[in-house]
Amino acid sequence: MKKLLSICLSALLCGASLVGCSGNAASEGGAQTPPASDATTAAPADEKATKGEITVYTALEDEQVTEYLEVFNASYPDIDVSVVRESTGVITARLLAEKANPQADLVWGTAASSLMVLDAEGMLEAYAPTGVERIMKEFKSDKAVPTWVGIDAWETAFAVNTVELAKLGLSLSDIKGYDDLLRPELKGHVVMSNPNSSGTGLLTVAGLLQMRGKTADGSGAGWDYLSALHENIGQYVHSGSKPAKMAAAGETVIGVSFGYAGISQKLKGAPVEVVFPAEGSGWDMEANALMKKDAINPAAKTFLDWAITDEAMELYKVNYPIIATGGDGTYEGYESDPVSQLIDNDFVWTAQNRDSILTKWMEKFDSKSATE
Amino acid sequence: MRGKPAGKLKRRGPAQTITFAGMLAVFTVALVFPLFALFSKAFFDKSGAFAGLGNYFKYFQTPSLSVSVWNTMDISLVSTVFSVVFGFLYAYALTRTRIPLKPLFRYTALIPIFMPTIVHALGLVYLFGKQGAFTALGWQVELYGRLGIILSEVVFTFPQAFLMFFVALEFADGRLYEAADSMGVSAFRRFTRVTVPELRYTIVNVFFVCFTLAFTDFGAPKVLGGSYSVLATDIYKQVAGQFNMNMGAVVGTLLLIPAVLSFAAGRLASGKNSGTMSAKSTALNVKKSRPRDAFFFALCSFVTLSFLALVASLLMGALTSYYPYDMSLTLKHFAFNPSTGGIGSYFNSLEMSLLTAAFGTVFVFVYAYMTEKTEGLWALKKYGGFLSSLPIALPGMVIGLSFIFFFNSKANPLNFIYGTVAILVISNILHYFSVPYITATGALKKLDKEFESVAESMNVPRWKSFLQVSAPLSLSAILEIFMYLFVNSMVTVSAVVFLYSARFKVASIAISHMEESGDVAQAAAMSLLILSVNVLARLLYETAARLINKKEKIYE
Repeated sequence: MKKLLSICLSALLCGASLVGCSGNAASEGGAQTPPASDATTAAPADEKATKGEITVYTALEDEQVTEYLEVFNASYPDIDVSVVRESTGVITARLLAEKANPQADLVWGTAASSLMVLDAEGMLEAYAPTGVERIMKEFKSDKAVPTWVGIDAWETAFAVNTVELAKLGLSLSDIKGYDDLLRPELKGHVVMSNPNSSGTGLLTVAGLLQMRGKTADGSGAGWDYLSALHENIGQYVHSGSKPAKMAAAGETVIGVSFGYAGISQKLKGAPVEVVFPAEGSGWDMEANALMKKDAINPAAKTFLDWAITDEAMELYKVNYPIIATGGDGTYEGYESDPVSQLIDNDFVWTAQNRDSILTKWMEKFDSKSATE
Repeated sequence: MRGKPAGKLKRRGPAQTITFAGMLAVFTVALVFPLFALFSKAFFDKSGAFAGLGNYFKYFQTPSLSVSVWNTMDISLVSTVFSVVFGFLYAYALTRTRIPLKPLFRYTALIPIFMPTIVHALGLVYLFGKQGAFTALGWQVELYGRLGIILSEVVFTFPQAFLMFFVALEFADGRLYEAADSMGVSAFRRFTRVTVPELRYTIVNVFFVCFTLAFTDFGAPKVLGGSYSVLATDIYKQVAGQFNMNMGAVVGTLLLIPAVLSFAAGRLASGKNSGTMSAKSTALNVKKSRPRDAFFFALCSFVTLSFLALVASLLMGALTSYYPYDMSLTLKHFAFNPSTGGIGSYFNSLEMSLLTAAFGTVFVFVYAYMTEKTEGLWALKKYGGFLSSLPIALPGMVIGLSFIFFFNSKANPLNFIYGTVAILVISNILHYFSVPYITATGALKKLDKEFESVAESMNVPRWKSFLQVSAPLSLSAILEIFMYLFVNSMVTVSAVVFLYSARFKVASIAISHMEESGDVAQAAAMSLLILSVNVLARLLYETAARLINKKEKIYE
């Protein structure tokens, strides 16, 4: 149970050393000898091409992709990057369906839980990008040469429409944690994503269950809470960001979503505030991986190297403050340290109980709501 | 082989048989093989072991899954009834009454087919959502769930119903009505004894077209369905949520229910159909009737105003900074984000749609001609008819996934089309094959069989009579088919979402991305661009059709 690591703990442990780590990596950067698995990369001009065309599949947001690629192409103007961007579920389904003949050279910024599925299918090529040692242990696959490498984390958060909340006679200070979602005033005014169609829905449910009894069989405190919450749910939707979006548009009062989804709506001018539940948030990582195919595109390795440089991490950090190198401990737009917000996440437990959790959830809540 | 006995009629050369068989082969490779690649997964479990009907037992033993079958039946049936009734009345108003503003009514009725279904749902949220314009006026409806889906499907299927009824009602043999009048038959009896029987074939077709469209639509339930699960969202849950292709394939096969039903019903209806236009038909003379016109004018106004409200709501969303909290006017939402493909995706859509329309029209019409006007070849015609009714029952997602499984295999010699525009064009032609096929056969059925007989007796080869008689006489149907394929390719999302390549993004996908990421205003802006080009195309078409009609009149 190596992965039973506490992110909070490790963040604390790494705290000081990380600053050293990243500084270290920055200084060594390009000159560093490549990992053992890639002996031939000693001549970067050959193996890690600085020109060529690559196809990247990603679940990062549209706006972010555009912005990040501009920075990438400033360093590598001769690498032509084509991007297919879809929601996590669709991009993963497409990758799986294309298994016989992968079209993508690499996957960028896609849920680690999805990459674990691809990994289990033997679709990922082990590759240690330059600087991978700076990535915190629980943010990369546990293989000797990692098959996927995390870049940042995203976590459960409530997007609260303050204008609509006031109409219910509540104020923002009334919404602090999960139990506040059970208030009778909120009946029908909470929207959450369906874990069967959204990664955010799954990490939220898995996080709640881990915090409350850790049972996957449909009974216990966690499931009791979900049942009580179900009474207040207006609807379950099929996308992780949609609840925040609906709260922003006033279509619901509270959307159980993830941090960035709410913050980005707020920046666009919506009257929403982002509340991180006091009890802690379930979370997942966005990660990168090299696709296993007959001819590995050398420019793909260049891209993967760049995708975990400090330059890239700084970009990710703007929207997802929790980055895989640990960062320097400052978080814009967050009142408290978001790392301490993350629960001690047992990914192995979630992966092992995934089917059971999803099936139980569907039986209890999907069918009930359908017969209204 | 049954081909032989018909040969004695001496009307069919080998060239015709070869063409027909060739087209069926192409259709089979592009449709049946990919579907087989996908649906065979329904009989295997996740680990790849043969499961027989195990997945189906599991499906029907899980109430939370199987409830979707009934939900889907429910919303499809209700929305179809509304669309059929309204579509018929609306078409009747435009063809058999003397109300004013007919051209306006005709154009506005088509507005919904000019936009992706996601956009209907967005419009409905702008109107009836918690912050909707009508909601603010005190008109509260429970939009998310069954009602929202039904409303959206009615909006989506109404224009299809209207168009098919309109075409059918436009051609009426005035002699029948004159005869009925001279016999002193009441208006109601005339309606039930003359109009309805004449439309029997159309009614059955309209019913199944609307039913299957509502049955398989994904856009509206995704945006408005809330917790109300239907089969199309279930596929999404299985494939993109649980990555369970096997269960996804099971749901996919269940979506074929309407295709099977319509194939059976189509056989029943077509038997009773015969050519209604002959050289002796006369135009119908519509009599004056104030109460009738008042009723129909009110009905048309209601529908038209509803659709205009939908467009107005999109304009409002696209032109304000942040509806409803910041209502200042802005054009910023028309500056599209480059990673969605930006404005380039709009031009890609145009290219893809024009290619689809050009190739699709030729294929559909020749195919319809073969199944309609070939003598003998009973088995091939049956098979052709069955193939033609399949696509409409396939949700885009099923077509998209099955194309990946089939065309992306390294062993497939056709692998090279994967990731190109060609695969998008082929998937679109297939996806939207059924309705143009019905249009084409409808037009061909109206042509007197004597044309072929005369040509035969004069020893004119079949391809010549096809090019010089059948095709020119069906020119307005051909244009209609071209339009249909163009417009639908502009708005399609679900099939191409799995097939578009990184280098060729299309506008409808951009809309769904914008909707997903919460850029509703940008989505509204892009859909207005799509709407405008579709309206423009329609205007061109109407002008062309009018010129053709004039010519045809002279020809008569």
